[in-house]
Amino acid sequence: MERNLMKGNEALAEAAIRAGCKCFFGYPITPQTELAAYMAKRMNKAGGVFLQAESEIAAINMVLGAASTGVRAMTSSSSPGISLKSEGISYIAGSDLPAVIINVQRGGPGLGGIQPSQADYWQATKALGHGDFHLLVYAPASVQEMVDMVVKAFDKADEYRMPAMILADGLLGQMMEPVSFPEINANPTDKSSWAADGHKGKRAHHIVNSLYLKPDELEKSVADRFARYETIKENETDAELYLTEDCDILLCAFGATARVVKSAVNEARAMGIKAGLFRPKTLWPFPVKELNEAAKSAKKLLSVEMSMGQMIDDIKLAINCSKPVEFYGRTGGIIPNPAEILAEIKKVGGAE
Amino acid sequence: MATTEIILAGFGGQGVLFAGKILAYCGLVDNKELSWLPSYGPEMRGGTANCSVCISDEPIGSPLVINPDILIAMNQPSFDKFVNDVKPGGKVFYDSTLIDNECTRTDIEIYGIPSSQLADANELKGGSNMILLGKTIKETGVFTFDTMKKCIEKVVPPTKAQLIANNFKAIEIGMNN
Repeated sequence: MERNLMKGNEALAEAAIRAGCKCFFGYPITPQTELAAYMAKRMNKAGGVFLQAESEIAAINMVLGAASTGVRAMTSSSSPGISLKSEGISYIAGSDLPAVIINVQRGGPGLGGIQPSQADYWQATKALGHGDFHLLVYAPASVQEMVDMVVKAFDKADEYRMPAMILADGLLGQMMEPVSFPEINANPTDKSSWAADGHKGKRAHHIVNSLYLKPDELEKSVADRFARYETIKENETDAELYLTEDCDILLCAFGATARVVKSAVNEARAMGIKAGLFRPKTLWPFPVKELNEAAKSAKKLLSVEMSMGQMIDDIKLAINCSKPVEFYGRTGGIIPNPAEILAEIKKVGGAE
Repeated sequence: MATTEIILAGFGGQGVLFAGKILAYCGLVDNKELSWLPSYGPEMRGGTANCSVCISDEPIGSPLVINPDILIAMNQPSFDKFVNDVKPGGKVFYDSTLIDNECTRTDIEIYGIPSSQLADANELKGGSNMILLGKTIKETGVFTFDTMKKCIEKVVPPTKAQLIANNFKAIEIGMNN
């Protein structure tokens, strides 16, 4: 396959277009702006709609509208912009609509900074808006994975009728790497049973709605959704296990951080420390089975994140706190370097 | 070859990111693993710009270069900021028109070339970055001139044939000085 050199942000956009995304609604924010800029250039030629909305809130509600008609729709932003979208995302989830949302994370809270961060882990996996609901959350670690995961996110969002998020960060968005685009089988999901795309007087109205004033009806709709979530937890987890078979210390990291951690694991191995890496590719559902498999021989776990420690909660839950889980993180836009992680491995691993 | 880690740094507008892109494309043409990571944000607007380029036979771990094998510096603050981070045995290339080399390290090789002056003398406006790249490939062998020519033809649109010729010329000047 031909290798292209692309920025992560541009690759996300190109992959979405190839996956059949017909509507993109966005609003500029560093460090994801190249994504919207690419869409502005390409979407019209690809037969779709690019629209720069007046705000993030408008953009996400346009996604809700477009998704209601059954077309593939997407929006993208970075951390503060995602917070603005949270109400709309809750409505999309409550209306059982498929959509893809991209978060190219930057440092927070508040306006924070514009350098890479992973501090929206809790937001993405636990509470992206009010109410009982989840998104599918994918965590790419390379530009190629950004492409593959966008395609998957559209497919799975359709399959389960729910929003899916790509949780990237400023480093992945801005960096260029070789990337190739897979042949995509255009196999559009049949949405004719629910899409509000015009009844032409031939069928009953399809109503897209998230309002249930009767508690028993609302409880049933939430329970139905959670029954679906159980299927997803069973079938949709994905993780990379690297040098875990005999590891004494298991490092856990996702996204860009996992790349840095992998370098540190290799250095630790070269020094005779049995380190391994568990890298979740899906953050929700969290790969519980895969983590327990990876942690089999480990005496200790070490979560490394670009935050003050968020994924560490899911790690402790996944292994039922059966082993000590340590944490090392940098925040505010600082990317940890392999040397400081290696020092942490030595400290935690008790090699020195 | 192991991983070659490169930092290119200078003022915004000197073509630091473009020169980095050319190196990245060289990696693509030579079928290497590679990454290109720019600094971004307010520091780009009139301040210093820099980018990290990694070229390897193996998948790239961290794309952020902390201790480069090769430093290409186009202004004094960048030279001063990064020269002490260069790995022992590494190589530094700098524009001696704009930079005073006061580095006392003896464990690295430092090459000054008056790239701004050479660019002006040869009517290659903005060609200083490519002159430095020419010097870099000559002294390190990280890529061949042929590979670099192919990249420039890939990156510069054919409608701007003059630019392609100018870039070739700038690289040759760098290789011969």
